[in-house]
Amino acid sequence: MRRRDVLRLAAQSAVFAQLAPFFTAPAHAADKRELRYIPEADLNILDPVWSTSTIVQVYGHLVFDTLYGFDKDYNVHPQMAEGHVVSDDKLQWTIKLRDGLQFHDGQPVLAKDCVASITRWGKRDFMGSALLAVIDTLTAVDDRTLLFKLKKPFPLLPMTLATSGSNMPAIMPERLANTSPNEQIRESIGSGPYRFVKAEWISGSKAVFEKFAGYKPRSDSFPPSYTAGPKIGHFDRITWQIIVDASTAAAALQAGEVDIIEMVGADFLPVLKTDPNIQLLPRTTPNFAIMRFNHLQPPFNNLAIRQALLKAFDQRAIMAGTFGEENKEFWQFGVGYFSPDSPMATNAGLEAFTSPRDLKKAAEEIKAAGYKGEPVVVLDPVDYPWTHPCTLLAADTLKKVGLNVDIQAMDWGTLMQRRLSQEPPGKGGWNVFLTALSGMSNFNPVGHIGLRGNGKDAWVGWPTAPRLEELRQQWLDAPDVATQKKICEDIQRQALVDVPYIPLGAFATVSGYRSNLTGIQLQRPLFTTMQAKA
Amino acid sequence: MLSHIARRLLASLPVMTFVGLFVFGLLYLAPGDPAAIMAGDQATAADIARIRVALKLDAPFPIRFGSWVWSLLHGDLGLSIFTNQPVAAMIVQRLEPTYLLMLMTLVISVILALPIGVVAAWKHNTASDRMVMVFAVLSFSVPSFVVGYLLAFVFGLQLRWLPVQGYVPLANGVWPAICSLILPAVALGSVYIGLLARITRATMLEVLAQDYVRTARAKGAEERKILFKHALKNCSVPIITTIGSGVALLIGGAIVTETVFAIPGLGRLTVDAILRRDYPVIQGVILLFSFMYVLVNLLVDMLYTVFDPRIRY
Repeated sequence: MRRRDVLRLAAQSAVFAQLAPFFTAPAHAADKRELRYIPEADLNILDPVWSTSTIVQVYGHLVFDTLYGFDKDYNVHPQMAEGHVVSDDKLQWTIKLRDGLQFHDGQPVLAKDCVASITRWGKRDFMGSALLAVIDTLTAVDDRTLLFKLKKPFPLLPMTLATSGSNMPAIMPERLANTSPNEQIRESIGSGPYRFVKAEWISGSKAVFEKFAGYKPRSDSFPPSYTAGPKIGHFDRITWQIIVDASTAAAALQAGEVDIIEMVGADFLPVLKTDPNIQLLPRTTPNFAIMRFNHLQPPFNNLAIRQALLKAFDQRAIMAGTFGEENKEFWQFGVGYFSPDSPMATNAGLEAFTSPRDLKKAAEEIKAAGYKGEPVVVLDPVDYPWTHPCTLLAADTLKKVGLNVDIQAMDWGTLMQRRLSQEPPGKGGWNVFLTALSGMSNFNPVGHIGLRGNGKDAWVGWPTAPRLEELRQQWLDAPDVATQKKICEDIQRQALVDVPYIPLGAFATVSGYRSNLTGIQLQRPLFTTMQAKA
Repeated sequence: MLSHIARRLLASLPVMTFVGLFVFGLLYLAPGDPAAIMAGDQATAADIARIRVALKLDAPFPIRFGSWVWSLLHGDLGLSIFTNQPVAAMIVQRLEPTYLLMLMTLVISVILALPIGVVAAWKHNTASDRMVMVFAVLSFSVPSFVVGYLLAFVFGLQLRWLPVQGYVPLANGVWPAICSLILPAVALGSVYIGLLARITRATMLEVLAQDYVRTARAKGAEERKILFKHALKNCSVPIITTIGSGVALLIGGAIVTETVFAIPGLGRLTVDAILRRDYPVIQGVILLFSFMYVLVNLLVDMLYTVFDPRIRY
């Protein structure tokens, strides 16, 4: 070897030594316990008080905490609260905060933060507004004590502050909670077990959470259960990868590139079922598919026509056609107005759906009710994987009973706008659309948007049903769970009279996860129970 | 030359203005309401109306357009309606994967398509020519998302050679970044390879039939030299034009490919923004795409002068 060769080699080595890091991946992730998760949707809103969407609520339970929580059987337990004292006349509730709670910015959680948070949340949530309506004053007595003075007894107060499924009663610093309830908060600072790493957030692609060292879990003896109990993070880092394509998500799980898919596409369930490295988990409190009517426009402003349709719809056929017979363990039929696994679910009047279907009789009744052949505009969101086939099946039933159906295809964004129109269908309005009501968000009659009967103030469709409204108020005032259940039986029977919508069956969100994980929550992905098997 | 570039860039200003106005008008007329989407499935009309007012979506067209143009003139693309993040920052976050994907696609396409196009022309009317043509027609006809799924299944899921999804940023290593883009680049390039191979073949056939090629052969020049030095160089203008106009094809294809392979690029950002009716983001991305297209055309014009000395500006 010549001198010149040696020098050239030395120079090349130096260059390669400089370049080497660019050709190798840093090993930062390997030495940390990281969970890789594909959520059901993109996280694009960071305010769990502002948004009711499931993904924002899941995010909310990672980053924020609540004063009370639910266990898996929907029993209420103190969470950030140490406990409460109720006055003899039931008009004063004193809630004391646990010692040592702190926000992700290092500031302590104070009673004044809770007052501001509850006040803002109450302006956005159904349960919250019911609570605000009975509050005379809500004050911070000292740094750790809140005092509710009520106008009348409100036995549901702890349950209300544990609300899960709709707007989350998340506790946040007072300066954030002072934001208008119509605007989103600009910072993501909670006191939950994980903090949101905003610097790594790429909306539509990735969200990262890191374990919050300052979180103080409850020291109760019962294990963590749904939103109650000690929330101990078993992973240093949780990465949400947003993968919208169901096929790509399934392949990523099979290849071991992710650990969990929150919502497996129905087409991929049979494939994943056969993979020994993957477990499937149907979430409890399933969602229910509904066909919503526009009660302001003919023909569905005619009660007799809505009632006649109850005889025509076959929940089993619609669920099987939408999700497939091969996936029948994940859907249910014979479903009423409350999610099947929820505490308020009842069989009262369910023969309306379980008795033999009678299309001929339904057609006769519709004719007798005065149907004049006016077009029935059905909004069909073709970009939603399950809603589109379900809409086509429902429209087919409408045709079979003699209705003049006009299916109008559109994307979900357009449907969301179109359904706000109260005009006749010929002028940009509508008659029918299908959607799913989340089981978790609608498991009691107060939060159940489809059962409101307050006319133009109700959810789209705008039914007027005074008796339903009356029963809702009775439920709020009920002294115990037994009475509440009894009232829900009456609500279901009344809904079968007013027919604000037709339930078309229930279906579970099916999650898929790698077999090396354990402790998956049944209700929702609350990451504090999950851990890797040793 | 420099004055020509400056003139071309100045000339792009009216184009960009028209694009801006057109996109803004189209979005204004298109159905869909970001406030309704943002409020969620369970919101009441009153909730949605409050959000619309808070976001100033109830303002008339001229005011909204004027306010957008005013911000644009100050270098501000605005805030995303949904995430509250600056649109410019969101676009910058997505540039690297998209540019790298497009670059790799171009490189792979050119490396594969040019030689096979040349070989097909050289072996005209033989089995090799027909095989190349069958391949070209197939690759041109099969949609890139189908190719993507097939590649992910074979090389990602079955052989486990490459990741089935995702993007590794360059900051985490050049090789991992390249690995994460090989399958998407091949899938995206499949259409392009077929197109480019066919154009190369057709142009080469024309050039190979010319007198100067026959003369070169008669003088005993090497066949390799004839093909790649004498003939291919003279085919360069139509090929470069195809490559340039193919960039538009790549922009459209990237939207699908980035969705299939879960790459956080501009394509995904565009789709998400359209589905959510996130107007500021859509407007920002479309403006960027149109500017990119103007630049690519300018670059193509410059390249003509490199390969064909007869062209002067």
